[in-house]
Amino acid sequence: MITKITHTCIYVLNQDSAYDFYVNKLGFKVHTDAPMGEGARWLTVTPPEQPELEITLFLIAEGAMFNKETVSTMTALIKKGTFGAAVFTCKDLLATYEELKAKGVVFKKPPTKEFYGMEALFADDSGNWFSLSQANS
Amino acid sequence: MEQYEKLYLYKRIVRAKLFIDDHYAENIDIDNIADQASFSKYHFIRLFKSIYGKTPHNYLIKVRIDKAKLLLSADVSVLETSMAIGFDSPTSFTAVFKKLVRKTPSEFQKDAKTRNAAINRNPFLFVPNCYAETNGWIK
Repeated sequence: MITKITHTCIYVLNQDSAYDFYVNKLGFKVHTDAPMGEGARWLTVTPPEQPELEITLFLIAEGAMFNKETVSTMTALIKKGTFGAAVFTCKDLLATYEELKAKGVVFKKPPTKEFYGMEALFADDSGNWFSLSQANS
Repeated sequence: MEQYEKLYLYKRIVRAKLFIDDHYAENIDIDNIADQASFSKYHFIRLFKSIYGKTPHNYLIKVRIDKAKLLLSADVSVLETSMAIGFDSPTSFTAVFKKLVRKTPSEFQKDAKTRNAAINRNPFLFVPNCYAETNGWIK
């Protein structure tokens, strides 16, 4: 039986910029950063308290997986903010919001009370958006 | 507390935390940080801990040890690492590192070196086959 999820994927437009965003701004840890030859790079990061969950920062680039047309379509969709890639959680949303803002993270929605707690929305450097929530205690 | 007052309070604590993040290698004086954030020392420590789950001092130690792990993984010596992150001596650094990480800095570095060598030798061991195949990295 399936027991857990080990890898998930966020499509990014630039892996260097994504590294800076997820590692230096969000505080995620690098799990694997491996050159795969011909300029390709396998880059995965983990949330601070989930070292077993690898988030693949997957580059949209022309190659075996994406042809030129797909790259163009995916790039436009990502930049437009089409994809909501995940829901993150934190212990203190107001503090996390202030810190991420100070580090240059762009918020689409400030901390707002919801029935389950509080939620804010932010975008990564490519355009993917995320929910950041704090549950009611 | 009014929302505005709460946000202003958070800004001050977050600024202090970011100060620690940027100046972890220096001889940081918690009293000084509390003053700059316009809090009494004890009020500052209590608020900081309520938000970050650690006192400012313990948070500083955590930041230093996290930085140490990066340096050790990049093959910086234990001595140079201890100095780079603001410890007075490699002995005190080793004691704190071992307490938090459950291995000595040398053991940590050896494990990191082994892993890095494995990645360089055969990165496919670290990539799920589906991704390697769809990317055309393997046939």
